[in-house]
Amino acid sequence: MIEAARAIVRRDLLLALRRPSDVGTALLFFVIVASLFPLGIGAEPNLLRAVAPGVIWVAALLASMLCLSRLFAADHADGTLEQMLLGAAPLGMIVAAKVLAHWLVAGLPLVAIAPLIALQYDLPPALYGTLALSLLLGTPVLSLVGAIGAALTLGLRGGGVLLALLVLPLYVPVLIFGAGSVDMASAGLSPLGQLQLLGALLVVAAAFAPWAIAAALRISTE
Amino acid sequence: MLEASNLDCRRGRRTLFRDLSFSLRRGELLRIAGANGSGKTSLLKILCGLLTPDAGEVRWRGEPIRQLREDFSRNLAYLGHAPAVKDDLTAAENLAFASKLAGAAAVPEFVQAALARYGIPADVPVRKLSQGQRRRAALARLPLSESVPLWLLDEPFAALDAHAARLTEALIAGHVARGHAVVFTTHQEADIGAAVLRVIELG
Repeated sequence: MIEAARAIVRRDLLLALRRPSDVGTALLFFVIVASLFPLGIGAEPNLLRAVAPGVIWVAALLASMLCLSRLFAADHADGTLEQMLLGAAPLGMIVAAKVLAHWLVAGLPLVAIAPLIALQYDLPPALYGTLALSLLLGTPVLSLVGAIGAALTLGLRGGGVLLALLVLPLYVPVLIFGAGSVDMASAGLSPLGQLQLLGALLVVAAAFAPWAIAAALRISTE
Repeated sequence: MLEASNLDCRRGRRTLFRDLSFSLRRGELLRIAGANGSGKTSLLKILCGLLTPDAGEVRWRGEPIRQLREDFSRNLAYLGHAPAVKDDLTAAENLAFASKLAGAAAVPEFVQAALARYGIPADVPVRKLSQGQRRRAALARLPLSESVPLWLLDEPFAALDAHAARLTEALIAGHVARGHAVVFTTHQEADIGAAVLRVIELG
């Protein structure tokens, strides 16, 4: 069971390695969107510092949505998904492994590059930790919730737009607590409460999303 | 082992088959025949649980497969229309992944041997192989699935050359001779020297 999950993570990382352009897209998108704002708003440090948490978080939200539609589509097209549905391990386990691999490829790089983006907004270095930690807790939730949408819209024509409409409203709590934690820290207050709420969201999503994704996959592959 | 009772299948408003019942015992070979679009693939997908029939149910050793889920799918090897191989991986990597997914250990020597039997270069990305070679790379799962009690094969002879087709026939015959069961679809005659061959003609 664990063996099958490990094989999936390994395979998806290997595929990402052989197609680096797919990985680069989300990261570049994140960097470019987050860099557009200082150019558009102007170089007023106080204003930039004030909008930074929200803008960086919204950019992360959009970037992590970018590769969602590909999460199951490739496996669906070449028949691998059928083999996963008929695998020896429970489907929930298999999709959890797929989401983990997706997050490692599309979510984790955002966490790593966020402090560099924060530099453009003149965020004090003391906030980098909170920003990275909030993204570290929040982006897996985005991947998990997004995967439910990806599974539901699998094989639909125009599924990409529908996916955005379906998933973005569900991202709202993550955005509020994520950006909120950095706001709290920049106001000199403890961000712990917000971060704990993000952690709670992650635990709930990790526990329930795989089964929802599995059910959605069974529906959309029939 | 496998029992289908009163299966109905509709696609849109067209009824593909109605009230189809049969059972499959150990050492039996079942061929699902019929013209294109007569529901061969749908029936095969119903048998492995990928598709829910509009009525009726499929039972494995007396229990409905919908309740067994992976306890049932551990007992079967399904080869669908799509080859289920990744273009960016080599044939060996694809095969090792497929057998791990099916819950079997992927011993590198066995993987190499299976690919060698089908004459597939192990360390070339599948992207560089021809359509027929891709098909053979998918079929190379069969020699690795010899202990699996039920094989469900969708058009196993499509796009194969004579040599690979004979090898596949021999593998199927061997599997049946070991006392396992095989169900396969084909729209052409296939010559498999098995003791019990049953045919369901759809359409």
